[in-house]
Amino acid sequence: MARAYTPGLKVTEQMRVVKERILPLKGDVLVQKGDRVTPETVVAQTHLPGPVEPVNVANILGVPPEDVGECMLKKEGEAIKVGEIIARSSSFFGLFKAECKSKTDGTIENISSITGQVLLRGQPLPVQVKAYLTGEVVEVFPKEGVAVACIGSFVQGIFGIGGETAGTIRVLSKDHTEVLDAAQIPTDCQGQVLVGGSLVTAAAMKKAISVGARGIVVGGFDDRDLRDFLGYDLGVAITGSEELGITLVVTEGFGTIAMAEKTFQLLKRHEGQLACINGATQIRAGVIRPEVVIPKETVAVAAGAESEIAGLSIGSPVRIIRQPYFGRLGTVTDLPAPLQALESESHARVLEVKFDDQKRAVVPRANVEMIEEI
Amino acid sequence: MVDKKLTPDQIKIILATDCGSTTTKAILIEKRRDEYRLIVRGEAPTTVEAPFEDVTMGVLNAVGEVEELAGRKLLDDNGLIIRPANGNVGTDVYISTSSAGGGLQMMVAGVVRSMTAESAERAALGAGAIVMDVIASNDKRQPHEQIERIRRLRPDMILLSGGVDGGTTTHVVEIAELISAADPRPRLGTGYKLPIIFAGNKDASDAVRGTLSGKTDLSVVDNLRPVLERENLLPAREKIHDQFMEHVMAQAPGYKKLMSWCDAPIMPTPGAVGSIIKKVADIEGIEVVGVDIGGATTDVFSVFQGVFNRTVSANLGMSYSISNVFAESGLSNVMRWVPFHMDERDLRNRVKNKMIRPTTIPQMMEELIFEQAIAKEALRLAFIQHRSFATVLKGVQQQRTIADAFEQSTSGQTLVSMMTLDMLIGSGGVLSHAPRRQQAALMLIDAFLPEGITRLAVDSIFMMPQLGVLAEVHPKAATEVFNKDCLIHLGTCIAPSGEAKSSKVATMNYTIECPDGRVEKGTLEIGAMKLIPLGIDEKTNLPLNARAILEPSRGFDVGAGKGNKVERTISGGVVGVILDGRGRPFTLPTDDKVRVTKLKDWMLELDIYPREALERV
Repeated sequence: MARAYTPGLKVTEQMRVVKERILPLKGDVLVQKGDRVTPETVVAQTHLPGPVEPVNVANILGVPPEDVGECMLKKEGEAIKVGEIIARSSSFFGLFKAECKSKTDGTIENISSITGQVLLRGQPLPVQVKAYLTGEVVEVFPKEGVAVACIGSFVQGIFGIGGETAGTIRVLSKDHTEVLDAAQIPTDCQGQVLVGGSLVTAAAMKKAISVGARGIVVGGFDDRDLRDFLGYDLGVAITGSEELGITLVVTEGFGTIAMAEKTFQLLKRHEGQLACINGATQIRAGVIRPEVVIPKETVAVAAGAESEIAGLSIGSPVRIIRQPYFGRLGTVTDLPAPLQALESESHARVLEVKFDDQKRAVVPRANVEMIEEI
Repeated sequence: MVDKKLTPDQIKIILATDCGSTTTKAILIEKRRDEYRLIVRGEAPTTVEAPFEDVTMGVLNAVGEVEELAGRKLLDDNGLIIRPANGNVGTDVYISTSSAGGGLQMMVAGVVRSMTAESAERAALGAGAIVMDVIASNDKRQPHEQIERIRRLRPDMILLSGGVDGGTTTHVVEIAELISAADPRPRLGTGYKLPIIFAGNKDASDAVRGTLSGKTDLSVVDNLRPVLERENLLPAREKIHDQFMEHVMAQAPGYKKLMSWCDAPIMPTPGAVGSIIKKVADIEGIEVVGVDIGGATTDVFSVFQGVFNRTVSANLGMSYSISNVFAESGLSNVMRWVPFHMDERDLRNRVKNKMIRPTTIPQMMEELIFEQAIAKEALRLAFIQHRSFATVLKGVQQQRTIADAFEQSTSGQTLVSMMTLDMLIGSGGVLSHAPRRQQAALMLIDAFLPEGITRLAVDSIFMMPQLGVLAEVHPKAATEVFNKDCLIHLGTCIAPSGEAKSSKVATMNYTIECPDGRVEKGTLEIGAMKLIPLGIDEKTNLPLNARAILEPSRGFDVGAGKGNKVERTISGGVVGVILDGRGRPFTLPTDDKVRVTKLKDWMLELDIYPREALERV
């Protein structure tokens, strides 16, 4: 079946990684094409409009909305300070005066003669976008941001929490099957990205935060720990904005699942090197997966050939992603065309897989994931 | 695109796809001996995800499967759909529906929460939107909090209402000013302004234009609440649909290309399913509830007293949203449907793994049982939402009394009546692809708890969306395929409504006179379920009918009032007649052992799962 495929997660020793670093609003780009950057380099910045404080001046002054314009001492766009009188009315030949003072530093945004409402805009909030990677600016989008590229190793995770960060890799588990618990987290992990095997426990996560680790990359994570950690039950897989003091990248899934050995070995080979990681996950349209990027010292900016997405075929390495063989790795040995009955009595397209221990099993094609080798 | 001069009579081959959030389904319809019939279907994973990020790849993969199965070449060497049909090559028409792109996410705003804001909410829900928040002058939030909320939400569009025509304009303009101050950005894409629809006091239109037209893509439609006691939701709904097609769907990867391939505008999947369900209700003059349970959302449609309503339950679905079903329903509510013990830790991890790898399917029986338990809860929760929100939607020219107008939330309950409901139709992978049709029947019964006499059906191979859009292009073909190939009649559920004071009570006596002369007669005890075979006529392919004489016990009702006898014709189906003596309101036994025993009894009686699987677990 030529068209059968199930996209897998990318794990590769070397590829060209390009990241667009775009401001949420137009602003200033601070670097130029060809500049070398590090994860902490600020490449663009802007100011978000400040918070808005509506004030019903008509009510405060006791005048009709259409008279508010005349009472305003400050016009739209003018700067204001906290406590400054922005509007005043007088009645009985100036005997009685009413005043309205600003509650914020900023500017007058809008004066409405229909509602009598005046919107005060607070001071702009600065926003900076950092480079995230160690690499080179390969494209500048004027007023919007840049593209940063590097040659590096790349590991795509399946799920993560927490945003972008960077740190030196430190492998704490003996092998890809070992559970990473609190006892294995030393106190000198500050600024590091820790690598575990099949699971990281909640206690280990908490200890990692307490010793200042930046991130954890691990095969599995327990949902119960996730709920305890986040403080709520995650309903849909949209993450990345959590501020937990650490970024987690899970490479295989929920539960105790050995990290793919290839992934573990790759991370081990690069122990001591800088890893840029991001836990942001969005499993919806425009999918985002968490990632680990290990930039190389030398930066080649020439476009690397992106590998073609190969179809699933006999010999393809696959990972089983559902029970009863969840997490096991193997090779496709047959792709029969007709639908076959499963134990659940569903009829589905299947494939035969040979596991590393030479045992074979028939599984639905929907329940395997290609291991992309580049 | 096909030659537009092709008349309906000339259309012999129709290719239709539905791009769901998980799977893209393709069907091929062919005119044979003067009637349109389904020939084959194919499916492939939807390809909105990286590395593909192009919905058309999934379409081509699904069409490729149709090609193989039908032996008809549909794609040329460049991977494009060949049109028109010529011999054994190509198709005359290609149409599609889509729910890829995460659905429509809206924010609505109005002046009074329980009045114009609630009307706006109903308009948005009826248009198929997920309502992210409702902003109102009296929603107890400070204006700066409302502004911050509007700014952070990033909806696909905003529906602004407020005020009756000729009433005060101040409050609705105030809300417009808050929106303007928030300067909201659309969720998808950066190259366009956020669409805002104003459907409020017509006298405020100019002021709202002055406030919002520069910063946003403002359109003004008729007031959805022109006077206090009447709603007029249709203009707002239609505009929502237009904006959805123009701005939101067009942002889904590859969608522009897909639009260029189609011979008719692409319909959002919920809209297409609703269209075909409304047609069924209209043609047969019956009250219908339809449900489409997808990967991310569950849509419920109903026609009661001739009024069509639709709700979309965001984040209640079987893949992307499965974890949310679990979170909203709670572990115990899901597990009450499972006749065996499962380790909580393992179970939670399984649910999350389905969430992060949404295209996987249950290989083992216990996984199937568990997934169907979650489906029951997703359906149940979606129906609760439907009852509380959408049932009061009465569309255009709805008349209310002033008294009704002040208590809208509860007044809507009156529209949904499980006792007068004639037909319950299920659609969506977990129902349509259930290995045994009995499983779909029980999922519908357990989730919706029909009362009295209710026909049950499922979309045989999940093709209602495609037929909904086909009805716009070729109604004859859509109706023929719907009747003969789409709807699978499961049978009839007879559920006496009432509560028993003891476990030894009979809910009713029944006599069912079958067309083959067989007479099924007996007493339905409280807490029992019974399956009576009554199938499909092999010649006509239509359900067999039987005469039913139902004599409910005192305190039980099967449609004619408590204790009153009912005599009427009932329909069979591939499952048969299900007698549900569990009473209404329905509660499961609280004792775990009793509950498991009961579940197994019902499952065995209805042949839901293999005996050996139930005994093993």
